[in-house]
Amino acid sequence: MIDRRSLLSSMAALGLTSTLTTNAAFAAVPGDRRLVVVILRGALDGLAAVPAYGDPDYASLRGSLALSKTGANALLDLDGFFGLHPALVNFKAYYDAKQLAVFHNVCTPYRDRSHFDGQNVLEGGGLTPNMMHDGWLNRALVAMGGKKGVEALAVAPTPPLVLSGKARASSWMPDTLPEPDDAYFTRVAALYGNDKLLGPSLQSAMALRAQSKSAMDDPSNKNKPKADLMPLFQGAGRLLAMQDGPRIAVLDPSGWDTHVNEGAGDGQLARRLSTLDSAIDAMKIALGPAWKQTVVVVATEFGRTVKVNGSLGTDHGTGGAAFVLGGAVSGGAIHAEWVGLKPDALKDGRDLPARSDLRSLFKSVLAEHMGVSRAALNGSVFPDSGTVKPIKGLVA
Amino acid sequence: MSLEGALAVHRFGLGARAGEIASASNDPKAWLLAQLGPADQPTPVLPGSALLRTGQVVADEREFHAQEKLLRAQRKNGQVDDEALKALNKTRYDKIQGELAARFALGFKTERPFAERLVWFWTNHFGVSSANGDCTPYLGSFEREVIRPNIAGKFETMVVAAMRHPAMLYYLNNVQSIGPNSPVGLRSKRGLNENLGRELMELFTLGVDGGYTQSDVIAMAKLLTGFGVDNDGNDTHPISDDGFRFYANRHEPSDVVLRGKTYKSGEEGTIAAITDLARDPSTAHHIAVKFATAFLSDKPTPGMIRRLEENFKQTGGDLRALAETAISDPHAFAPGLVKVRSPVEYVTAAYRLLDIPKAGMKPDQATGLVRSAMGVTRLMGEFPMSAPSPKGWPLESDAWSGPDAVLTRIEWARQIGQRIPPAADVVALAAQGLGPLMSEMTSTGILRASSKAEAVALLIASPEFQRR
Repeated sequence: MIDRRSLLSSMAALGLTSTLTTNAAFAAVPGDRRLVVVILRGALDGLAAVPAYGDPDYASLRGSLALSKTGANALLDLDGFFGLHPALVNFKAYYDAKQLAVFHNVCTPYRDRSHFDGQNVLEGGGLTPNMMHDGWLNRALVAMGGKKGVEALAVAPTPPLVLSGKARASSWMPDTLPEPDDAYFTRVAALYGNDKLLGPSLQSAMALRAQSKSAMDDPSNKNKPKADLMPLFQGAGRLLAMQDGPRIAVLDPSGWDTHVNEGAGDGQLARRLSTLDSAIDAMKIALGPAWKQTVVVVATEFGRTVKVNGSLGTDHGTGGAAFVLGGAVSGGAIHAEWVGLKPDALKDGRDLPARSDLRSLFKSVLAEHMGVSRAALNGSVFPDSGTVKPIKGLVA
Repeated sequence: MSLEGALAVHRFGLGARAGEIASASNDPKAWLLAQLGPADQPTPVLPGSALLRTGQVVADEREFHAQEKLLRAQRKNGQVDDEALKALNKTRYDKIQGELAARFALGFKTERPFAERLVWFWTNHFGVSSANGDCTPYLGSFEREVIRPNIAGKFETMVVAAMRHPAMLYYLNNVQSIGPNSPVGLRSKRGLNENLGRELMELFTLGVDGGYTQSDVIAMAKLLTGFGVDNDGNDTHPISDDGFRFYANRHEPSDVVLRGKTYKSGEEGTIAAITDLARDPSTAHHIAVKFATAFLSDKPTPGMIRRLEENFKQTGGDLRALAETAISDPHAFAPGLVKVRSPVEYVTAAYRLLDIPKAGMKPDQATGLVRSAMGVTRLMGEFPMSAPSPKGWPLESDAWSGPDAVLTRIEWARQIGQRIPPAADVVALAAQGLGPLMSEMTSTGILRASSKAEAVALLIASPEFQRR
């Protein structure tokens, strides 16, 4: 088996390392910190994940989707007003250990209800859809890296927008095809030498694949279906844990668009939340001691309507929930400016209004955890965002 | 073999079968034009997988759910075990696999590859996806009945057909959307679901900036109430051939104002509203951008978009004219392979060139190879009719050229080189496949390969074979 270093040296012999080496100073992050960004595609129902059960209008407006403090699927109480969905058992443990900060009524600057535009703003980091053609995390990498680039990893066949841009990012998925011999790769790599799009992709993938081969030594991990989140989060954890592994990872599980039969304490959303909750915990275990240096940001493109729709689901809304968790987080707090659920408090009489901007959360993490300068955050990373202030003390 | 012939075959077709570049070379545009018309219908390739009319799928699904209910009850009483349920589920799953296998197999052999590309484009445009399990059994008939007959017809015909098809009605939850003031709504206290109304405007017609508001979304959702699948469990009337039924008792009874125009409550009013959306100038623009992105360039020029858009407006959404405009564009035969093939396009191109499955193969082996193609496209990140959202699979090259995806493609090329009986003359095969598109580097690489299997792998993995 070829390890990363011998692969790099054999590639150097072929003259293939020019882009790799600029990306290979892996430990360039302050204090060797890790950042994981999890994008929940489909607009997670924030009021389901973080029920405001203490609000006098909550139970009636949510009807059959309302969660309560008692009964078979009792919510997990946080502060006597807000709770967590009963599926989020590990999240609750992180909260109690002050390793989880919860955000409510939060959204990007986008105020309409298209998933695709919402995700574009969430990942692009601009003010409107298609304002940015690369992702804020990639621009943050540029700001962080300079010549000492930080390696970032998309746990997907191809990096999503948030990680696309000038700074090189790798992508990785668990193995499922038998691997050809190295001589073949060498020959193909030679054919790709002049291809500006495919060439760099191949180089980056080969380096990552070599790395993951040594990281994925658990035989029980083979041949698991890719749709399952567990091998993805576990694999990401193992790669991030490596001494010379990537320091930033992006995962983007879909399946949060709950238009029909969303379910309350159990049902389809509960199962999805439970899968996410246990996958993140599997990542924590795989990270081992590196969990202490890790921040995980979990965000979605917007929220859903407060009221249940005609088919026991929810439609697209504005304000949603977000989470910042990890061993490096100063948590155990809920960041929510609650305005109540009366019709006149809601946006268009139907959505939770967004009272805080997701960018302020991203900025705090990038500044406090990854050492990105304020100038870069207000300029290149999140253009025109000077008025969006980071939250102090989010990272320990 | 001319460069333009090779571009016609690769850029607008599905990659060359032996002899195809030569036949397209004389008059590449005429070769493409001759393919326009209703697309071919796939034929079954997996044993026992008839491709059923939608109405029959509705009937089968009804039967399936009844059987499943019965077996579950019997299992509870200990009369049957899990195997009985598994067997039942397998028959359903096999039908779905059969649809997909037939679709893949048609792509491997068709002599009208441009028509097939148009089918894939339009099916993907409507985004129906196995991400919703209720929709899955209908995906095959959606493409066969909604898309294939209409690829060179009127856009509005296709949109109306799509909005009436069970695949769509299940996928975007319209079967559960009830007019709040309809008899069923008043009785059951169920109500609207906005999903289909929203995506009709955002994705299928106007585009997100095409000029509509939240109140238009609600208006369209009201109009669409009652659009349902012809399946009442205990209803004795025969299921309609297309599986569609308008349920007047679920339909919101009052007229609505959609984008400033009043539409009458009822099925006709709804069809009128859908038709107006399909004819809207915003729709012309939205479709032009997508069409140009899919066939011409990841970053279509304003000129490309304008030509397609104007044509769409002038012809009232004539899709034959739209396809003709695309292949008549000044950039249509510009040299340089600008687009990266999507995984399905890539695997299909390889199978076409290697003539897989080969004539005379044992049926097991042939179907095994079709199944294997299906599996590998999933690994590469794209599986037909299973996109993660109603937006469908992306059209841009970036979506398919990430590090892991590229590596998977190269690994697969190696596997194919080893699995397929080596071509007698790989150099000749490469010439058939790429013609004048082949680079010096690739032809040298193939000549120097250490084995025939590796030569085939290098051909399939080569950068120019990844593109179109």
